[in-house]
Amino acid sequence: MRLSFPRPFPDNQNPEAILANPSLAPDGSAPRSRGLSDLAIRNLFIIPTIIFLIVFNIFPLIYSLGYSFTDFRASTNAPANFVGLDNYRALLSDPFIWKNFTITAKYVIVSVTGQVVVGFGVAMLLNRDIPFKGLLTTLLLLPMMLSMAVVGLFWKLLYDPNFGVINYALGLGNFEWLADPDMALYAIAIADIWMWSPFVMLLSLAGLSAVPKHLYEAAAIDRASGLYTFFRITLPLVAPILMIAVIFRTMEAFKTFDIAYILASQPTTEVISIRLFKMAFQEWQTGMSCALAYIVLIMVLAITNIYVKYLNKVKER
Amino acid sequence: MIVGDSQWLGAASEAGHYVDLTQFFNDNKVGEIMAPATVKYYAEYPGNSGKYWAIPAEGDAVGWSYRKDWFEDPTEMANFKAKYGYDLAPPKTWKELRDIAEFFHRPDQNRYGIAIYTDNSYDAMAMGFENALFSFGGDLGNMETYEVEGYINSDKAVAALEAYRELYGFTPPGWAKTFFVEDNQAITEGLAAMSMNYFAFFPALLNESTNPHAANTGFFANPAGPSGDRYAALGGQGISIVSYSTKQEESFKFLQWFIKDETQKRWAELGGYTASAKVLESEEFRNATPYNEAFYQTMFIVKDFWAVPEFAELLGQLNNRIYPHIVGGEGTAKETLDALAADWKATFAKYGRGK
Repeated sequence: MRLSFPRPFPDNQNPEAILANPSLAPDGSAPRSRGLSDLAIRNLFIIPTIIFLIVFNIFPLIYSLGYSFTDFRASTNAPANFVGLDNYRALLSDPFIWKNFTITAKYVIVSVTGQVVVGFGVAMLLNRDIPFKGLLTTLLLLPMMLSMAVVGLFWKLLYDPNFGVINYALGLGNFEWLADPDMALYAIAIADIWMWSPFVMLLSLAGLSAVPKHLYEAAAIDRASGLYTFFRITLPLVAPILMIAVIFRTMEAFKTFDIAYILASQPTTEVISIRLFKMAFQEWQTGMSCALAYIVLIMVLAITNIYVKYLNKVKER
Repeated sequence: MIVGDSQWLGAASEAGHYVDLTQFFNDNKVGEIMAPATVKYYAEYPGNSGKYWAIPAEGDAVGWSYRKDWFEDPTEMANFKAKYGYDLAPPKTWKELRDIAEFFHRPDQNRYGIAIYTDNSYDAMAMGFENALFSFGGDLGNMETYEVEGYINSDKAVAALEAYRELYGFTPPGWAKTFFVEDNQAITEGLAAMSMNYFAFFPALLNESTNPHAANTGFFANPAGPSGDRYAALGGQGISIVSYSTKQEESFKFLQWFIKDETQKRWAELGGYTASAKVLESEEFRNATPYNEAFYQTMFIVKDFWAVPEFAELLGQLNNRIYPHIVGGEGTAKETLDALAADWKATFAKYGRGK
């Protein structure tokens, strides 16, 4: 069967000629506007965007790379002296910085794992015929639409040992989520999981809806168990899109600042971004902080690269 | 002109951002107009150098508020006297402060002894700890030679840290990231018997629309330590002239007007926190608000954190060392302050200060 689509111009008409001269249209009317020309799109959108990116992203990136090899302090008028790799050497041999990286790694693992488990789990639940599915999905997406600062303040109240609803609901009495040095990082991760699981859920839903139904039908005919179906059909087919979610969330979790800064000020919750902020804007060690920012950037790129390679492998299967 | 924090003096003066006001200071005898302690910490840099970069403008320090009705309750007074052997009243010593905090600490009644600063994001916990440190006779170091060994880890400093950590045990639950908002809330929500805070935040405690206990809220200056030393951590700001300003002449005229007795008096009447010695000492000022008497006493005993350009690094190191001890109970006070002394020595050496 040949599908037929409505054609904008009759077969006996030349579209280019009609566009160049609207009076040639069969009914004499002008055709619908073709929109902006490629040239106009380039001048109006692409060039300004590229200029914006160069001025606000590329230039500061290169400029800060230069500063990372100096002893520059933005709070003084003193010139920036070239110090070679001293900043990098000092940072990489600083036990406090390594502690910050360890805290960050722990946070990323807990937070991203939690988001994937919760997000994918909720997506599995939603990937079936249930009443008010659309409304439910929209409501579940709300947390990730909120500001990080608002979420931080909101969870601070929820965790409050005096009047927080979490202790009340769980019957934990005056349990100190944020004042306990060992618990605080997990408390922050829980807030982050609440906020960003919907993002994983959204991508997972897209992946789940793309799994061909006939595979499940075939598995059912073969009397495959639910677990077998999940591990041999669902997970492998959703894995590529789930990996994309993991990449995005890992990058974001690695850079976490707001929520951790607002919720607690424990040394056990000082993720690398908080250390970077203090170094750059409280201590005004501009050169040193640029070096730290580059170390963080390299780490994020390396982790992302590993993920992308893994993603490509998953796709090839 | 710029109204800048006292700890910015070093960074702003060494970097050439502030105009040197030494000549103006000497010509106008500003040192005699303003309370001496405020001149030392809002204006002079380096310490004891005789060089001045700011005029004390908005005076402030860490004081205390308390629940008068709890303190004046006959049953509480009798029980307190029976337990501690002296009358329940606003504390005059840190020993009394500790006893009162312990006495009112009743978690089962949702009533707690004391609210202190514990936030280590910036200088909150440092200011709170300084209230103990200075009154216990300890010090951060030598402001001229930058020696810290034997100062910040002296026996007196160790005792001060132990005292501050002990007070943390009498705070409401979850009191691990608290600054001026939370400490005022401790009073407005009827949580704590006493609460430390900057004087600048005390007007809110007298406002019945923000504090249901306003009529029952009293104030006192930081109490004395075991040896009778009595100091308080400095807040507030001085006012400086920016060296890039094209209006420096007008700025000097403003400062000349600002330091006049009548201007300072009016500044105080309008709610400004004057540092003028004459105004502070006047009966009229001391009786103007319930906290002015405590403010007057405090502004003559203030001491401050390091004002060197690298103060934020020193502050970060202080936070990194004392927070785990105060809040998490890690290590001993002596170990904590020995480690801090080592950090500070390394930082001063890095910037070529001292020997």
